[in-house]
Parts: sequence; C-alpha cells; structure tokens
Amino acid sequence: MPALADLIEAGRPIEQLAPWRRAVVAPKTWNLAVEQLAAGRWSLLGLWGEPDKVHMALLDETQDVSVISLDCRGGRYSSVGQQHPPALRLERAAADLFGLAPQGLPDTRRWLDHGQWGVSHPLAARPAKPAAESSYRFLTAEGESLHQIPVGPVHAGIIEPGHFRFTASGETVVRLEERLGYVHKGIEGLMAGAPLDRAAGLAGRTSGDSTVAYSLAFARAVEAALGVAVPPRAIWLRALMAELERLANHLGDIGAICNDAAFALMHAHCGVLRERVLRAADAAFGHRLMRDRVVPGGVAGDLGEAGASAIRSLVAEIRQRFPHLVELYDNTASLQDRTVATGRLKVELARQYAAGGYVGRASGRDFDARRNLAYAPYDQLAFDVPVLQEGDVNARVWIRVREVEESLSLVEQILGRLPGGPIHTDVAAAENTADGPREGMALVEGFRGDILVWLRLGEGGLIERCHLRDPSWFQWPLLEAAIEGNIVADFPLCNKSFNCSYSGHDL
Amino acid sequence: MRKLLFESLIRPPLTERPPQASDAAVDELARALDGIARKRLGRSLSIRAVDAGSCNGCELEMHALNNAFYDIERFGFRFVASPRHADVLLVTGPVTKNMREALKRTWDATPNPKWVVALGGCAKDGGCFAGSYAVVGGVSDVVPVDLHIPGCPPPPIEILKGLIALLEGASGTAGASLD
Repeated sequence: MPALADLIEAGRPIEQLAPWRRAVVAPKTWNLAVEQLAAGRWSLLGLWGEPDKVHMALLDETQDVSVISLDCRGGRYSSVGQQHPPALRLERAAADLFGLAPQGLPDTRRWLDHGQWGVSHPLAARPAKPAAESSYRFLTAEGESLHQIPVGPVHAGIIEPGHFRFTASGETVVRLEERLGYVHKGIEGLMAGAPLDRAAGLAGRTSGDSTVAYSLAFARAVEAALGVAVPPRAIWLRALMAELERLANHLGDIGAICNDAAFALMHAHCGVLRERVLRAADAAFGHRLMRDRVVPGGVAGDLGEAGASAIRSLVAEIRQRFPHLVELYDNTASLQDRTVATGRLKVELARQYAAGGYVGRASGRDFDARRNLAYAPYDQLAFDVPVLQEGDVNARVWIRVREVEESLSLVEQILGRLPGGPIHTDVAAAENTADGPREGMALVEGFRGDILVWLRLGEGGLIERCHLRDPSWFQWPLLEAAIEGNIVADFPLCNKSFNCSYSGHDL
Repeated sequence: MRKLLFESLIRPPLTERPPQASDAAVDELARALDGIARKRLGRSLSIRAVDAGSCNGCELEMHALNNAFYDIERFGFRFVASPRHADVLLVTGPVTKNMREALKRTWDATPNPKWVVALGGCAKDGGCFAGSYAVVGGVSDVVPVDLHIPGCPPPPIEILKGLIALLEGASGTAGASLD
C-alpha cells in the first residue's frame, strides 16, 4: 500500500508550496491516488481546476496532506468521480468554470453554471460563448403514487437560496436532490489578479457565518506561501476569535434546530446567549461577526482590557446558563422524539466523503483540523474532540453541545496565556514573490468543518489563483442520503442539523 | 423545564425597552413606530426576506432582530413565509445572475402596495462582488428599491432604524424613493 509521500516522490515536485508538498504527477500516478480514494484508504480534501490543469488535495492514514496535480491538455483527464463519488460535484464545478472535461464523469449536468452568466467557462484561458439554455434534468424516481415537491430557491425562512426537489411517497421522502449554485458570485474569478487586501476581504465574505475561519485560512495560506512568521500574540488572538465564532454559531444553531421541532423556548434562550457572544465580540474586536479582523500578517486590532473582561463575563454567563439548557434538551421527551433516530447519516458515508465538522464527528469520523493538523496555538492548548457513532440529529446536537463546552475552556485558556508583543507583521508580498510565484495552503477548522484555502501569489504579490473549499462540498451530498426514508416534515430539522453553507459552496 | 419557565417569569426581561433617555436608539424606534406604523398599516408590517446572493452575514443579523433583545415583533414587524403575505421585501446580497429571475418573480408575487429595502453594502451596488461575470449588481438593477440600509452586515439596530425610515418616507405612495 503506497503512502502519499511515495506518490509525491514519483512526481515532479513543485517546490514553492508550503507547508505541504505538491507534485505534478503522471496520469498513472494520478489513477493510483484515485484507487486509494476509492478503496477508502485516503480522504479527498479538495479538487479544483486551472486552465488545462486539475489539482487534488489528499489526506492519507498518517494524516499527511499533499496536493497532486495533473496536466491535462485540452482539459481532458480521467474522472475521479466515476470511482470516488465525493469528487463528483467538485468536478462538475471545475468543468463549468475552467472547461475541464473529465472523461467518464457519471453526471455531466452543469452545476454552478445555470446558463445565466452570458459566458461559458469564465475562468478558462479562453472563455467560450454561453451554452444554449436547457432545463435541468432532475434525477428520476419511479414507483406507484410518487409525487414531487419542489422547494426554493427562495425559501420560507430567513435562509440562503437553493433548490430542493423531493420525491415523496405519501409523507416519506424517497429521494431528495439538491440543486445549488444560485449564490455563485464568481469569487475565485474576482480573486485572480487581486492585491492581498482585496482578496482577504473577499475570502472573509465567502460564507458570512465563518468569516473568521475563512479570513484565517486565507491569511495562513498567504503566510505559508511567503514564509512569514506571524507574531505570537496575533496567533493567539486569532484563535480567540475563531472560538468566539464557533460559540456564536453553535449556540444559535442548537436553538434553531430545536425551533425546527417547534420547541421555541430553547430557541429563545440560545438566541440570548448567541447575542451575548456577538456583543462581547463587538466590545473586544469592534465588529459583531469579527469581519476583516484577521488579516495576512496578523490581526487588525488588539484586545484591550475592557474587551478581555467582556469576554470573561461572557464565559461566566454561558457557563452559568448553558447547563440548564442542555438539561432542558435532554429531559424533554417530545423534543427527543423528533431528534433521536431522525436523519441518520451512516458512519461509512461520513468516512467516504471525509465529512468535516459535527456532521462527520456525529457519525464516527474522528477528525478535527485543530487537533489532527495541530496548527498554532492549538498544539499548546488542551481540548477534547467529541465523537459519536449514531449519526442522527440528536448526535449532531450533542456534538455541538460538547463543542460549546470545549470552546469555553479554550477561550479561558487563551485569555489566561495570551502573550504580549506586536499583533501584525508586514508580509512583504511584492518582495517575497520577486523570485517567482509562491504557493501556500491552509486547512482551518471552522465551526462547520475544515476549510481549505490554496493559493498562488505571482508578480507584485498579486493573487494568481486562489481556491477556497467549504466543508459543505462534502456535507451537502450526505444530507440527500440522511433524509431518505424520513418524513417531509422532518426535513427542516435534518437540514438545520447539517446547516451547510450555500454561499461557501456556491462561491 | 418548569424551573426555567418559572425563572423567566421572575427575571426582568432582556428586551431593551423604550423609556431610558440615553442610548435612545431602541426607544426612539419604539415611539416613532408606534405612531406611524399604526396610522399607515394598522400597526403591522410584514417582511419577506430574500437572499439574492449574499454571503449570509446580513441574514444572521436579520435573525438577531427576533431575539429577546430586539424583539422586532413588538413593533409590529413580522417576517412572513411568502411574498404573497408581504408588504416589504428585505433583499440582501449582490444580485447574482443565477438569482435574478427568482428575485423578479418574488417581487411580482408581492401584492401592492409594496416596498423594497436593500440590506447591506452588496445590495446597494454589488459591493466587493461588483464586476464579476456572475453578478448583476445591486438590487435596484433588478427591482425598484425604496430604501438602502448600509453596513457589512448592518447591525440589528441599524436595520430597525432603516425600517422606521421607510415607514416615515412611505407617505402613502408605494415606490417612493428615499435615496
């Protein structure tokens, strides 16, 4: 059984990628990697295109991360998705954007391109004329008295747009098919040629609920590419913001999940705690969502004594109130009746799709980028990564409950050990790219799962190409599997327990 | 549960209430709305949120309006599930090309009189996404906009202020521009 490192040795290494390795490999080696994925030995962390090139980020059993690349003249290469389904939508997206032509791709329908852009393959070397508009062929389900329920893109709640096509037999969902791409803003296209500050702003607006995590992943990828060491205080402040973001999202979503089971009491109380987190973040960092506070080279503002004490009293309040809410959740039979055994995601599927975050961890996938890849300062902090096997809505709630507790502890540890010193260093992008382009990659654990950012900086320190992979790419398809056999009325509950990002996915 | 409910009964409410003079933002809103909203709309304004391409940041702050601190429903504002029940479309995001048609149809489905509020920097002119092959631009490029509320995202209190401004400006005629 090959190790990822062997594959990299066999290829033509690209020296500039930091901190991991990338190699341009021959089709034979590429196929060998696909076999490892299909056999379930390795995990797919991402797949993205460039004109006449396709890249794959892989994770092997030793937690080694590498990128392999394939030159494909004319965009033709052997489809990964035909052997490893998690790659399917990524390949469809890369085909839409770059005009790549994966051979043998089982699903050739366009994914992000809805025929509205006025152009085809907008990021290819030579964009093409728009393809003739054609209606989207939804997958079929056949059987007696099946009916379809189309939902979206404009939904009933205050949520992002996407289309769900249910085929139901009475109340039972036989098939759910998602159609996404409605909020595709062309972020990767806007990134190309952008200076760092503009690109950092775009990265922080990829998925609003994960603005800290995205800004952090982008900043770390830039710093890795340029070989810049960030001041210790900035590293710790970033982690503080990341944990506050995790707390806000988990608290809000635990309440919202219960609300989708018509248990408004929990929603009201969790909403109060979420608001407290946002207000503390505002007091400490000057913005409720902490947008644009993590920047390449460090952080945009320092934490003062007033901010630190706002966060301390926040932690004290959550520690006092949250256990009562957990008890409430645990002791309300009517609520448990809705969440237990609902929307069950099988352990095998979570593993196959390398599902990140609480979706993966509620279904037995013991992965957390903070621990497995141990980026600073998490290598110096003590925390547990909760894992459950049940994979139902209830398990996903419990993972989030446990993660709230862990994040509280992390916030306390960080505040207690926050080093002094400067909070920013100049990344000197132009000087550091004078000898040629530099590549960097980062994986950051957002509240939803691991976010991957890969980028190449070129002349003048401008972005040549930047790819941002949201954890939702590997979670959305699993929602289709988890809902099967459940009743239509439980879909909001299942959907909220996954809480995949539309904007992060659609880019 | 009983204990929690009981505690809620005896604890003072979190909702930030009108009568304090300083930090008057919420108070002013409550008073201003009380008079105007009652006159025009029988004390209620139904809002349909439409995400036409946002990053989801504006939606998070819209959600916050429903929490105990802001409690938007006490002013008569209510988020509704269908454009057919709505007086106001609260639209976020740069309008993506893939959402243009859906936004138009949502507007068409909203009965008159109706108002459109563009929420956030992107909804004004596309924000940092302007110029992309996949983005139309601001909301006003697709449907007529009555009011724009700036911010990235606008904090809940700013959204409330904006909705009041809308009520004050909408002197009986739908579609009057405040910009």
